[in-house]
Amino acid sequence: MRTQWLRSMAVSRLQVVSGKGGTGKTTVAAALALALAREGRRTLLVEVEGRQGIAQLFGTEALPYEERKIAVAPGGGEVHALAIDAERALLDYLQMFYKLGSAGRALKKLGAIDFATTIAPGLRDVLLTGKACEAVRRKDKAGRFVYDHVVMDAPPTGRITRFLNVNDEVAGLARFGPIHNQAQAVMSVLKSPQTAVHLVTLLEEMPVQETADGIAELREAGLPVGRVVVNKVRPHHLDEETLRAAAGERRGEVAQALARAGLGGARRGGLAERLVDPLLEQAAEHAGRVELEREQRAVLAGLGLPTYELPLLGAGMDLAGLYELATELRKQGDE
Amino acid sequence: MTAGTTSTKTGTGTGAATGAGAAAGAAASTRTGTGEPGGRTAVGTAPRLAVDALLDDPGTRIIVCCGAGGVGKTTTAAALGVRAAERGRKVVVLTIDPARRLAQSMGIDSLDNTPRRVTGIEGGGADAGTDADGAEAGGTGTGATGGGGGELHAMMLDMKRTFDEIVEAHADAERARAILANPFYQSLSAGFAGTQEYMAMEKLGQLRARDDWDLIVVDTPPSRSALDFLDAPKRLGSFLDGTFIRVLMAPAKVGGRAGMKFLNVGMSMMTGTLSKLMGASLLKDVQTFVAAMDTMFGGFRTRADATYRLLQAPGTAFLVVAAPEPDALREAAYFVERLAADRMPLAGLVLNRVHGSGADQLSAERALAAAENLEEGGIVDQGPGKHGLRDPDAGPPPHADEVTAEGTTGARTTAHETTADATTAARTTETTADDMTADGITADEITAGLLRLHAERMQVIAREQRTRDRFTSLHPDVPVTEVAALPGDVHDLAGLRAIGVRLATG
Repeated sequence: MRTQWLRSMAVSRLQVVSGKGGTGKTTVAAALALALAREGRRTLLVEVEGRQGIAQLFGTEALPYEERKIAVAPGGGEVHALAIDAERALLDYLQMFYKLGSAGRALKKLGAIDFATTIAPGLRDVLLTGKACEAVRRKDKAGRFVYDHVVMDAPPTGRITRFLNVNDEVAGLARFGPIHNQAQAVMSVLKSPQTAVHLVTLLEEMPVQETADGIAELREAGLPVGRVVVNKVRPHHLDEETLRAAAGERRGEVAQALARAGLGGARRGGLAERLVDPLLEQAAEHAGRVELEREQRAVLAGLGLPTYELPLLGAGMDLAGLYELATELRKQGDE
Repeated sequence: MTAGTTSTKTGTGTGAATGAGAAAGAAASTRTGTGEPGGRTAVGTAPRLAVDALLDDPGTRIIVCCGAGGVGKTTTAAALGVRAAERGRKVVVLTIDPARRLAQSMGIDSLDNTPRRVTGIEGGGADAGTDADGAEAGGTGTGATGGGGGELHAMMLDMKRTFDEIVEAHADAERARAILANPFYQSLSAGFAGTQEYMAMEKLGQLRARDDWDLIVVDTPPSRSALDFLDAPKRLGSFLDGTFIRVLMAPAKVGGRAGMKFLNVGMSMMTGTLSKLMGASLLKDVQTFVAAMDTMFGGFRTRADATYRLLQAPGTAFLVVAAPEPDALREAAYFVERLAADRMPLAGLVLNRVHGSGADQLSAERALAAAENLEEGGIVDQGPGKHGLRDPDAGPPPHADEVTAEGTTGARTTAHETTADATTAARTTETTADDMTADGITADEITAGLLRLHAERMQVIAREQRTRDRFTSLHPDVPVTEVAALPGDVHDLAGLRAIGVRLATG
């Protein structure tokens, strides 16, 4: 397993995190960035959808289009963050390759930048993936990589394949020229073992179905699938057999136990006695959910991918919770 | 409204502008007293959204469901469609990207770009809400339904098909062929950024123009941000009016204009740059495409503007859909503000997957303390060495003396009821549950398990309440309906109907 972690997590320098809406992909991406920033390593957490989810998660002000340090991981590693803005990325790109100063502004006035970043097919996605790949490849003066890992909080599962594959499409459209070359360069990173695409899911029917569909699409497009991250896993307390007993012949014992615990009288109409029904009802819902989760786990197991499981945090998501999840990811990665 | 909800009012009312967090905390603590049966929670200070009144009003012609991804938007749209149809309206539901299961739940294997009639709708205008909690439905105006005749149709937006149809309808055959064969067009219509939004607007306009239905329920695209849907016509308009498109079509003409001298430099540089950037062949594709579309662009613009105005009209109602989670409600708040800025008629907020408890008089803290108490009884009996870990004077006495001998069999393990087929062992934060599969499970252990489950439920409820109160304090006037969390997914019309009941009575 240790070697598996090394192979699948440490070698993939670009880690793309996708998932159905509501599964917590931003949280998982942030926790993964923290987990990878171990032993003095440096990771870059990239946001591409302009939602400022990272800033909200870390409790900082809105991120500018600029890489900045947002967290220090246990052991001295650093997490940097960047919210990629397509328009700025295009101007940067033009500046970098064509030294366009005032012409860039003229383009903006004309609405060309608007066109390029919102309407022209795929250009926006090309710029976003292109910027992330640039960060993956960037080296300092000494020739070392500036970031050990780049973690991308990517678009949701339904759009991830198209998003990552856009460069292929654009390379086909623009059959030569700098856009073509740029698109090819980006695809060479995205389709290599340097990249791993992880899908976040919950143990519920629709997210699991979408995960299975998403993996099939990614595989078909030749994109490297990493892991399935099962998020918000709740502990299981009681099995159905026990519940049946509790609801049936042992109902009175439960009421007495509640009374013993200081929760009121166990007699009919007593406080403890009145708690039994609602508590059993909740437990029955729980048992039903456990059964559904069992089915969904089986579906996920059929996908043949390594899996992470992250617990549901009772207190809700905050910075402490993020570090907790990061620790959990490291632990599971080391096994 | 129960007494409990009134007491929350004092909590949030004062915190409207500042200190919303503190107010929310106060409200959450008072909430435990609402004690509403049936596992539903009360809607705090917000007015209640009367869903049936909205569905029954013949003046309601379009309902738009919007919100963040993963909050049950499409399911909500489908459930509203079912309920409206069963209350006698002729409804079409336009979904954008439904899960396969949802299409199947309406008895349709796969939805496509043509509305399909959904069978199994219980017509007759009678109130479908026969569930126990259907009694207090707001505006159960069965009279408005006019004695049945309700129908439900459903369809899924096919972006490419919709785009192709526009081209075919508005260009002569030869030109249409040229456009459809253009590589640039093929990529654009297959759904790159923005196209889905334009086409959703276009389709809505088409459905409304056909006038075959008296109610259209629209699900919105899973947008990167809520803005995209509303921005579609404007963005298209500004693009079509922009200089850029004219440059693409006839660079020389624009460059030669008087007063555009400052642009001249940029212009010549630009066409050169564009050609360099995109490669000459792509630029040529784009130019051909724009030229071919030229005559159609005006129509696009007109229709997009018309649809935008249609959305502002009184016959339209926006429903913002959210789950009681910070991200989803933040998006919802944002959308509420955005709708107001665009003068779009907001009907209210649908809050999905809200948890409740029939035993909410028992707080999480007390439940946990009681659970520990019961479990501790076992420890005390089993190994006196652990006795010192807890101060017996803190909290209620452990009643160790009442624990019978069988309590000692409750060997403590950290193993939860994990399924054997799971590839990875379930990792849990708790390490206290006993091995419940053992036959000799004591009543104390069962009860402790029940109490722990309850504590978890109460924590979820408190968290949801805090999140919701934050929204309510920002937007106290937005009517809210709550839909209690379902244990599983929706598989059939009955499931959608059940959600419809919850929507109407939440």
